[in-house]
Amino acid sequence: MAETTTRELLLRPIFRRNPIALLVLGICSALAVTGKMDTAFVMSVCVTVVVACSNFVISLVRHHIPSSVRIGIQIMVIATMVILVDQILKAFLFDLSKQLSIYVGLIITNCIVMGRAEGFAMNNPPKASFIDGLGNGLGYGFILMTVAFIRELFGSGSLFGVEILKLTSNGGWYVRNGLFLLPASAFFLIALLIWFMRTVDPDQQENN
Amino acid sequence: MAKESFFKPFYSVLVLAFVCSFLVSLASVGLRPLQESNRALERKKNILLAAGLLHGDTKDKDIDTLFAQVEPRIIDLATGAFVSPKVIDPKTFDQSASTNDPQLSQPLPKDKDIAGLRRLEKYSLVYLVMDKGKLKEIVLPIRGKGLWSTMYGYVALDSDLRTIDGLAFYEHGETPGLGGEIENPAWEAGWQGKKIYNDQGKVALKVAKGASKATGKAASYEVDGLSGATLTGNGVQRLFHFWFAGQGFKPFLERLRSEEGKNG
Repeated sequence: MAETTTRELLLRPIFRRNPIALLVLGICSALAVTGKMDTAFVMSVCVTVVVACSNFVISLVRHHIPSSVRIGIQIMVIATMVILVDQILKAFLFDLSKQLSIYVGLIITNCIVMGRAEGFAMNNPPKASFIDGLGNGLGYGFILMTVAFIRELFGSGSLFGVEILKLTSNGGWYVRNGLFLLPASAFFLIALLIWFMRTVDPDQQENN
Repeated sequence: MAKESFFKPFYSVLVLAFVCSFLVSLASVGLRPLQESNRALERKKNILLAAGLLHGDTKDKDIDTLFAQVEPRIIDLATGAFVSPKVIDPKTFDQSASTNDPQLSQPLPKDKDIAGLRRLEKYSLVYLVMDKGKLKEIVLPIRGKGLWSTMYGYVALDSDLRTIDGLAFYEHGETPGLGGEIENPAWEAGWQGKKIYNDQGKVALKVAKGASKATGKAASYEVDGLSGATLTGNGVQRLFHFWFAGQGFKPFLERLRSEEGKNG
């Protein structure tokens, strides 16, 4: 891979090489935790921390990892990071950890983390890997927050739990759209986002 | 990369496993006291919420003072008698763990298991809310299967032991916005004043499909359903029918009533 600047490493995964929109990785959790903005936010932060730290650690020891067991070792590092994040959340942000429940644990299986470890951290120095992890986490977070913004606004009439559109069930005028509350709606929204991003930046389109 | 020795994969994995497990156990042991106090605080909050003693502006540090008027006790579900704190300490009794203990619980036969619990514990915690030495309210833990998940909650009964004072579900996996609205305080407020038992002492409480249309006497046994969440509502109704019948809290409530009668 050609030399890339730190700035590029950090910013490129947000739009031009977004892990969800371009690489279509990590869709699973993007469906599950985007019903509300606060859970999406915490999830984004957790994933960013995990990708950045696991990238850093793996890159640090990359010359000592025997290639026959490299996937196992990557998973072990990632799992450790995730458990640490989960424990810290349970101790300091109990309310949010309750809402995220199993999804924090499922960061282990988030393809972005594994993908960056195998695809980038194994061949690049620690600092660049750390920045790459941060960037990919932010790219993931960008999609998550966008989807959560639309889902929470139209599904629950609120943003970050603050009521924006007054719901009929609370005596207001807005009839909530039940579709946006269901995970399936994230499929449509992510597809629309991918369409939008590939129209703005035609380089992202696959050649046939 | 140079050719690897045969043993390298083994020892590198071993070393890494050692480092990782050390980190994980460090975090788990080091953070446990904080996590447990969080969990205890959460439980107290939910009990106070059901009893209507928790207000929006209550601070976390005031919870313990508020909780002083609540007396946790353990009862034997089958006989309804109080179990002495010397036999089982209510402060350390873990009710949810006891449902998996063959000594402290038993499997429910299919036809009786209307709330989808599979196993029923022998002992249950109850929380007596006292006011100047007299029983003001009683908070009971309830749970049962909804559409997707087991719903956990507390229900507070008035001192007449048949009228609901408050309800709070605190854990469930129902669809957010539809069945998940069972934790909406606006909906839970509609339960206040509803009666669980009818004059014949049978469980009569019903969750309507949509808004309740019952009038007159029937209205005091019927609660508004949640639109778009009929199946969750059915689950809530079934769990009330389970917990307030003979296998649930009924023996305890009857015993309490007859004792109250003697005292007063």
